[in-house]
Amino acid sequence: MSMNTVGRPTRPESAANDTAHATLTGARGLLQDEALIFELGGWDKTGVDLPEASAPSDALDGLLRTAPIGLPGLSEPETVRHYVRLSQKNHAIDLALYPLGSCTMKHNPRLNEKMARLPGFSDIHPLQPQSTVQGALQLMDRLAHWLKTLTGMPAVALTPKAGAHGEMCGMLAIRSAHEAAGQGHRKTVLAPTSAHGTNPATAAFVGYTVVEIAQTADGRVDMADLESKLGDHVAAIMVTNPNTCGLFERDIVEIARLTHAAGAYFYCDGANFNAIVGRVRPGDLGVDAMHINLHKTFSTPHGGGGPGAGPVVLSEALAPFAPTPWLVHGEDGFALVEHAGEAGAETAFGRMSAFHGQMGMYTRAYAYMLSHGADGLRQVAEDAVLNANYLKARLSGAMSPAFPEGPCMHEALFDDSWLEGTGVTTLDFAKAMIDEGFHPMTMYFPLVVHGAMLIEPTETESKQELDRFVAALLALAEAAKAGDVERFKGAPFHAPLRRLDETQAARKPRLKWKPVAAAPLAAE
Amino acid sequence: MRYLPLTPEDRAEMLGVIGVDSIDALFVDVPGVARRTDPVDLPFHAGELEVEREMAALAKRNRSAGEGPFFCGAGAYRHHVPATVDHIIQRSEFLTSYTPYQPEIAQGTLQVLFEFQTQVAALTGMEVANASLYDGSTAAAEAVMMATRVTRRNKAVMSGGVHPHYVETVETLAHAAGVATAHLPAAIDAEDAVIAAIDADTACVVVQTPNVFGTVTDVSKIAAAAQAAGALLIVVTTEVVSLGLLKSPGEMGADIVVAEGQSIGNGLNFGGPYVGLFACKEKYIRQAPGRLCGETVDADGRRGFVLTLSTREQHIRRDKATSNICTNSGLCALAFSIHMSLLGEVGLRQLAAINHEKARALGDALAAVPGVEILTPRFFNEFAIRVPGKAAELVETLAGQGIIAGVPFSRLDATAGLDDVLLVAATETTLDIDITFFAKVLAKVIAQ
Repeated sequence: MSMNTVGRPTRPESAANDTAHATLTGARGLLQDEALIFELGGWDKTGVDLPEASAPSDALDGLLRTAPIGLPGLSEPETVRHYVRLSQKNHAIDLALYPLGSCTMKHNPRLNEKMARLPGFSDIHPLQPQSTVQGALQLMDRLAHWLKTLTGMPAVALTPKAGAHGEMCGMLAIRSAHEAAGQGHRKTVLAPTSAHGTNPATAAFVGYTVVEIAQTADGRVDMADLESKLGDHVAAIMVTNPNTCGLFERDIVEIARLTHAAGAYFYCDGANFNAIVGRVRPGDLGVDAMHINLHKTFSTPHGGGGPGAGPVVLSEALAPFAPTPWLVHGEDGFALVEHAGEAGAETAFGRMSAFHGQMGMYTRAYAYMLSHGADGLRQVAEDAVLNANYLKARLSGAMSPAFPEGPCMHEALFDDSWLEGTGVTTLDFAKAMIDEGFHPMTMYFPLVVHGAMLIEPTETESKQELDRFVAALLALAEAAKAGDVERFKGAPFHAPLRRLDETQAARKPRLKWKPVAAAPLAAE
Repeated sequence: MRYLPLTPEDRAEMLGVIGVDSIDALFVDVPGVARRTDPVDLPFHAGELEVEREMAALAKRNRSAGEGPFFCGAGAYRHHVPATVDHIIQRSEFLTSYTPYQPEIAQGTLQVLFEFQTQVAALTGMEVANASLYDGSTAAAEAVMMATRVTRRNKAVMSGGVHPHYVETVETLAHAAGVATAHLPAAIDAEDAVIAAIDADTACVVVQTPNVFGTVTDVSKIAAAAQAAGALLIVVTTEVVSLGLLKSPGEMGADIVVAEGQSIGNGLNFGGPYVGLFACKEKYIRQAPGRLCGETVDADGRRGFVLTLSTREQHIRRDKATSNICTNSGLCALAFSIHMSLLGEVGLRQLAAINHEKARALGDALAAVPGVEILTPRFFNEFAIRVPGKAAELVETLAGQGIIAGVPFSRLDATAGLDDVLLVAATETTLDIDITFFAKVLAKVIAQ
């Protein structure tokens, strides 16, 4: 098969349609091609039965819609079929190992879904009288207690809606603490080159300048470089621990000490808390603020990109600046202090969003915590780390670990040096994994490792599934080294679609369906 | 432990393959001061039955909206969600997948996002929409930041009709980013007052319709005034069902529209997770926050969808990104999209008409209560009333009698001097008998 420079076949030719077995309809087995709702639905069709209503009030004259909106409707059976067909084009953790490093794709217990749907949690309004939602407030209080105990931190702001939102919350608390102490001139944030993109983005978004800290050859913060960059201008450092190379920062206590000695705060990115939950308390390491992704460590589902939840634990120094609402124990039970400056929340820096955060995630995470308990959560960390080290050990003969010395934590990081000379790239290798039934690992991240492949199995994978995964990767590695380049360059061949043209998508953005059919895009 | 597949034998064998003799050897990089040998001081694991009991006990201590008369709105609305919606969002392939970074095996999620973007653009009357943000309030904050990038100006003017919690959310972020805000005093029917506050530094004006008091406003004049001054008009909507009946913000000239999408497909959930809708004029799209899904083709020329224009985003642009957002509200966007597909244009218009009808019935009933005054001149499905005394106290009294009467404005802004203002809403879930009961008890309580 002939290929162009970006690894795409120059003519349509795939397992799906290059043989005498091509289907007549374009469908493949039970996998249906599915049109868009705008091509399926009717403009006067609906899948709901509602009573007739009277004409609107005269007061709304001139304010009413006159033109059609452009929303098609489907009957209920058509709706179900449309979405079920679409669902079958997705990979999911319920189907197989989903080894995205840094993303913690673990099993999502169905009990949590059931609990979140109890009407006492799902059918209550954020602004109904607090006397009528004492159970919800108590759940928030208990969740807070678990998070504080697990992290060894004195306070927690529950409301941030995702990890990056939590980062923003932590950094705003840090900013407020500096301003309150007459240290508002501190405008620099230090972050390692290996940091998640959200770290520098958050720091910049709230008005800080980001300076990168170098990394040592063994994948950790370069202490000399850190020390040379700390000073009276530094507001905070943002360090992920375990870090994005999947390694525990051995000097973390010293990092905290130096940071505090320079008058700065230590923001820890807690995305990788799953590796240490129940075994290490960030509070014992000198952390001042850390977000916890409930959708990672505490198993709330990722849902194809959200919703998440990112509560932030805070040190004594930062706690007074936590955003509202604050949950307090009043005379008549629990109460919320909802506005910065009000009695009880005089020093709050503001508000992260309209209401009280992600209640639907709190219920799921709390059910998960109760299920595991202190003993089970510790086992979570141990099994997550064990699984990652097992993969590292099994794969290291064929692939090149980025940091071969010593154990990794919950994720195993490889570089692409073992692919040198094969003509296969990290991307090609990842796409070939799809054909073998696995979601690719995180690729090209962290940025400090060439052609990075970051594999996070999590603790919810059995040894059998890990062995299946290892067998697939070893077979692929052998194929790559044996010169079977075509297997990789055109991959995937067996997915619902072949490689997609992302360049064309960005150059001529089509971000919605348009009623007048545009000329079909052509494969380039 | 039921969620952990490894057996003790597996663990021993795996440690052998790794070449260490205990799990502790894998935690060797943890400094001695932080190594814990014992579990933390929390209860040990529990079976499914025990967890259910504990959760149910907590749930029981809450009075759910469905238990009786219920009239809360103010940014979160109780609507009926068809059973199909919750069934589909619990399918493994939607519930347990990640952000669609590998498009070849995520076309389900991606096509849904493309359809969602198209629905949101149509509903708001805008050219393009993104794949969702956290909620309406954070979408408003992102919109203000975007306007400062587009105009290279540094000030946001917000009307007195914008939900006070949205104002606080915007101000929290704006002030951290060095953006000035001018928030006009709370006013029931004065969105137009923002026009006088526009100056040469104004990046955007933020108005809401229906506003926090329920007032519906034609914002065309504000759009013209803002744009003539080189500023953008941001229109906020917290009740998207209203767009089934009312002129869209796009028709009235909005540059950016942000909305809370919870009303379609998503329950109350005590405030979250919700789904932020974000739409704008196409010419500004490269300054927009959040994920965008676009159409393309695969290597065989077949139509497919990918996340696109990601050079705006944090994982590529880092400190130069348009926003720090990563996780968004994908599953809630799916719920929105399914519900909207079920409704279709016909169903949405009907739903909106019913909501409006119910609110008018509520208005008529409350207007007849001595001492109550309807304050909102033109409303969709919620409005403000003036009551004798403090609305917050009245709400507590009525809660004691089984009625969740609405949201006292003082709960949103205690400093506005509107302690006697109560926000009430009705939807298709409101029963006529509940309206009658509410009016009757209210009359009795006021008379006491």
